[in-house]
Amino acid sequence: MSEAVALNSHGHGPAEIDQTEPSLTPGNSGKLGMWIFLAGDAMTFGCGIAAYGALRFRNVNWPDPAHWLGINTTAIMTFILICSSVTMVEALSGIQHGNQSKFRNFMGLTVLGGIAFLGMQAMEWHHLIGEEGLSIRTSLFSATFFILTGFHGLHVTGGVIYNGVLWIRGLMGKLPQSKANLVEIAGLYWHFVDLVWILIFTFVYLI
Amino acid sequence: MSTQADAAQHMDAGAAHEEPNYIAVFIYLAILTGAELGVYALGFPTPIKIGLLVALAMAKAVLVALYFMHLAVENKTLWVIAGTPLVIVTFAYFMLCPDLSHRAWAHTPENQTVGIRPAGE
Repeated sequence: MSEAVALNSHGHGPAEIDQTEPSLTPGNSGKLGMWIFLAGDAMTFGCGIAAYGALRFRNVNWPDPAHWLGINTTAIMTFILICSSVTMVEALSGIQHGNQSKFRNFMGLTVLGGIAFLGMQAMEWHHLIGEEGLSIRTSLFSATFFILTGFHGLHVTGGVIYNGVLWIRGLMGKLPQSKANLVEIAGLYWHFVDLVWILIFTFVYLI
Repeated sequence: MSTQADAAQHMDAGAAHEEPNYIAVFIYLAILTGAELGVYALGFPTPIKIGLLVALAMAKAVLVALYFMHLAVENKTLWVIAGTPLVIVTFAYFMLCPDLSHRAWAHTPENQTVGIRPAGE
């Protein structure tokens, strides 16, 4: 038991145990936590996309996505999400340099971009379900489409709420420069959501 | 105490890292997205189309990961955490393909109704 009590560098004890290994993300363990969470989430999305690809492989009667899905609209959605990633990273830059005005403006634009994306996704779903008669039970094509885009949409919704809370805190003056790591962590999540959409857009819509 | 000092040092380091030119990265992403749409519209043979689109998508994903998620300036061990899902997913895809391609339920019947609108329209 006594061996568990560490002495500090001056030989006085008991004291807190010094780290023997440097952290991967010094001073920001939340960032490491988010990276580990994103790695798990990436496996979820990745296996969903892999399953989609495996189901489509050699499936000669797979419906042509171009016939059912709006490529032009989705291209605009992709562009909006990429723009929101830029505004997110500019918001982070703002708060890291103590520029609260820059943070508020760009974070607001990020939230707006997320809401715009969700709105367009909702319009697409409305068209497919209400007008084209597709549902999650119609076919493998529609099931995989709705599951992949729906799961991604849930992530975007979570990201909009996450960023919205930080934005409101910034508007209320409760997010000082010393808390910039909170924005960095949120930024990691938002860029991941954008990255996943880049892959979904390619594999589901274009290929 | 040491954690607070580390936090302050990291924040200074984070701000001191030369920030990438985010607008330049955005322009590259926009160009790559345009290239993807171009590949899609030009109607290449399927294997070439798939290869080009996957390569362009991966390039975009790498740009986002390196410069927006700041992986380029992070500890290289973090790259292992970030890269592991790609390895596992690639493995999962190649393991699933032979299995699912031989399952009857995984094949779409020739005359299956997908939606209200006939496939030919």
